[in-house]
Amino acid sequence: MKRVGVFVCHCGLNIARTVNVKEIIEKTSKRSDIVFAADHKYLCSEPGQALIKDSIRQHKLDAIVVAACSPAMHEATFKTIAQLSGLNRYNCEIANIREQSSWVHDDPDKATAKAQITVSQTIEKVKLNEPLQPITVPVTRKVLVIGGGIAGIRAALDVANAGYQVYLVEKSGSIGGRMAQLSETFPTLDCAICILGPLMVEVYRHPNIKLFRLSKIEEVRGYIGNFKVKVRQEPEYVDVAKCNACGECAKVCPSEIPNEFDFGLTWRKAIYTPFAQAVPPAYVLDAKNCLGLLPQACGECKKACDQLGTACINLDAWQQTHELEVGAIIVATGYELYDATKLTEYGYGTYPDVMTSIEFERMLSASGPTLGEIKRPSDGRVPREIVFIQCAGQREPETALPYCSKICCMYTARHAMMFHEKVPDGQTYVFYMDIRAGGKGYEEFVKRCQEERGLLYLRGRVAKVYEENGKLVVKGVDTISGKKVQINADLVVLAVGMIPSAGSKELASTLKASLDANGFFSEAHPKLRPLESPTAGIYLAGAGQSPKDIPETVAQASGAASKALDLLSSPTLEREPTVAQVLESCSGCGICIPGCPYDALSLNANTKLAEVSEALCEGCGTCVATCPSSSLSLRNLTDQQMLAMIEAIVA
Amino acid sequence: MQSYLYFPGCTLRTVAKDYDTSAKACARALGFELKEMQGWLCCGAVLSNVEDNLMTKAGPNRILARAEQEGDRLVTLCAGCYNVLKRTDLHAKLASPTQQSINTFNEDSYNGGVTVVHFLEVIRDQVGFDVIERAVKVPLKGLRVGAYYGCLLLRPSGEMKFDDPNRPSILENLLKRLGCTPIDYPARTDCCGSYLSVGSPENSQPMSGAIVKSAHSCGAKLLAVGCPLCKYNLESSQLPGAKNAPAEEFLPVVYFTQLLGLALGLRPEELELDTQQMQAIHEAQTRTLEGREWH
Repeated sequence: MKRVGVFVCHCGLNIARTVNVKEIIEKTSKRSDIVFAADHKYLCSEPGQALIKDSIRQHKLDAIVVAACSPAMHEATFKTIAQLSGLNRYNCEIANIREQSSWVHDDPDKATAKAQITVSQTIEKVKLNEPLQPITVPVTRKVLVIGGGIAGIRAALDVANAGYQVYLVEKSGSIGGRMAQLSETFPTLDCAICILGPLMVEVYRHPNIKLFRLSKIEEVRGYIGNFKVKVRQEPEYVDVAKCNACGECAKVCPSEIPNEFDFGLTWRKAIYTPFAQAVPPAYVLDAKNCLGLLPQACGECKKACDQLGTACINLDAWQQTHELEVGAIIVATGYELYDATKLTEYGYGTYPDVMTSIEFERMLSASGPTLGEIKRPSDGRVPREIVFIQCAGQREPETALPYCSKICCMYTARHAMMFHEKVPDGQTYVFYMDIRAGGKGYEEFVKRCQEERGLLYLRGRVAKVYEENGKLVVKGVDTISGKKVQINADLVVLAVGMIPSAGSKELASTLKASLDANGFFSEAHPKLRPLESPTAGIYLAGAGQSPKDIPETVAQASGAASKALDLLSSPTLEREPTVAQVLESCSGCGICIPGCPYDALSLNANTKLAEVSEALCEGCGTCVATCPSSSLSLRNLTDQQMLAMIEAIVA
Repeated sequence: MQSYLYFPGCTLRTVAKDYDTSAKACARALGFELKEMQGWLCCGAVLSNVEDNLMTKAGPNRILARAEQEGDRLVTLCAGCYNVLKRTDLHAKLASPTQQSINTFNEDSYNGGVTVVHFLEVIRDQVGFDVIERAVKVPLKGLRVGAYYGCLLLRPSGEMKFDDPNRPSILENLLKRLGCTPIDYPARTDCCGSYLSVGSPENSQPMSGAIVKSAHSCGAKLLAVGCPLCKYNLESSQLPGAKNAPAEEFLPVVYFTQLLGLALGLRPEELELDTQQMQAIHEAQTRTLEGREWH
């Protein structure tokens, strides 16, 4: 019989406040099958671990039960100390008496009784545990990065610089993302494209990065370390390698449409370059707005290009599917902006001089629609009175977004400052709920804007915006003076919130990664594992996970890259051996096969019996429940163990 | 003839008889009947929606319980009654403990079998604006009308689900079909002052006065409403002696049902439109003034 030891943790007062630890030790010590039982204030601490180690050696224990917090928290810690003390790590089991007892119950007697049962059933389980060895699987030492904004760019460069192959998939015609659209960045006012541009070029030139533009993730199979990914690339009508971005094709293109990069404030052709610094530096043919490709209706661009001898346009291009094998996936899908037309009280979409912050941003940009001058969209006049409305459609759980987008206080201060710089005799009003300027140099920046620039900050919300006599009448309230305010403005700028990119939901289901209530990618743990998706091998970077600014995005991207590098640092990967196994009684009926959510079961071609792929099996037990002849069993969670545990519970 | 169960409410029997008469006349002209429900009583007005007093909810629940005996759809006209009955119905369908108390208290409990609709919704959803347009005999060409919704039809928008509370359009869409020119004016969703006109008219009059001024300045010659209280406030704010009364000439206020009736070819007396109102309508139609049109 196994020599079993039990260790009970107080977790400070987390467990001991509700569960009577001494009582558990007392009762457990009296069991004939227990060699040793002890408690400690913090078992995970160094002295706590030393207690386990010394006791295993001193009492020659074969197996241990650690009654403490959730296995999600410290299972690895305790299994490792068991292993270091000479046990097989699968002879260590965790009894969760914190999350499943002390934290969720108020009555100490009942909580203690429940904790006692938890400990007893775990003892029954560990007594029947087999020593196991981890399963070793090879790792494909390549990384897929989804999204070519600043997050994807940073993550791709970090992985590539460490010497591993990166596939960077971008859905639009150029990498750069939202940051490429920005004029300046807070709080230092660096020109956004000036600091982003070199990184974009570095990505393009990097020997370890392969860039797919106009591409989307179609299918993802496999598991951590061994993903098989299908990437669908829209037809590349323009040969990226040959195009020298001379622009002759666009000159002759007859189809003109609003330019989405400038939010419709300028026009572009159907063959176009997304923006001056686009990477790859090649034109893009927008098939939707082309006069016709099937059958070909115009072809002027191709004629112009062929005449020049560049001959990089192929109007018969077809979409391609690339099959990639990678070990890790970094999701950097970024954000979009909340649809301001839904905020009917502000009149966006009705009055041309009500614009969103990102449209204002384009106007501030030296390469934007007005070349950096601030003009009213309606009549081109320079506005004198400007109103910024912060939290537009944000922090409004009932009607719009419930959350704060975190960056609007800062960029609005910057916008107000830039406006003052360009229109020194203008007057700026900012409606705000409260100023959230947490970050290095942020508070100082906002204070500087308010004090040195004479910007008028009004604490309160705007009820209504309407047009009267060529002015926008902004009716709001200043809650500090307690008075209603009416401002006759020339221009109104709405700081609308960030929402996840349009394709997030679809991508999440392809990746089997989860989203939170607001549609952002969920992290494995809000504090301790913020860079990882709960799905193993998938890492998160940037605003696709939650609204955040550029410094935070870059930090998270480098963090996600280092997580991926950690995985890639070894040619093999260890997986838990607690997987399903097929017993001799299997008749090969195959009922278990369609039930497996991980495609881990198949019929062996020779024996015609069921077979488990140990690399794919997650040990969920679905097949065990499905098998009509009880011929499948989970390692270290056999029927025999289950029955012993149930007996301990009902005893 | 198809008939709809109809709840008039006390105001439509007293100061807003014209609303009741004109709606019934329009219904007949469109081939349906508004059949008054048996044993209706006061809905309790907005007091019924006070959260903490169950007594005030007993009345409207009783109305719905009685309506349930006669049909599954209840048509209202007064915006106040519509608001109260629709929200009472929503509350009843939540099956909350407070609803159980009300059901225990009332001798006949309401089982949630009635859908409360506004006459305007019947016109739009059951009859259809296309049918209305074809039924128009006298298009009200050149009539610049400012639609005014008030709050009770629209808010709380999550419960009423009647129209966009900040940019409603159902009245304008109807008026356009009648040949009118609906006017967009900034104050069209502002508050008229509501019951403040009872206790402190000095506060409500400037509020409704501002709405009238705004409509005037945008070229409206007439205001169309669906709420008797709004009508009262908009009219009384223009009377001599009202605080901050608009300096412009009197802007008549009519119910949308009266304009609908005129367009359908009904005679003014069938719609209880008086000589003064008719004169204003005729004058407005003959004069075309610069103003912003509804888009």
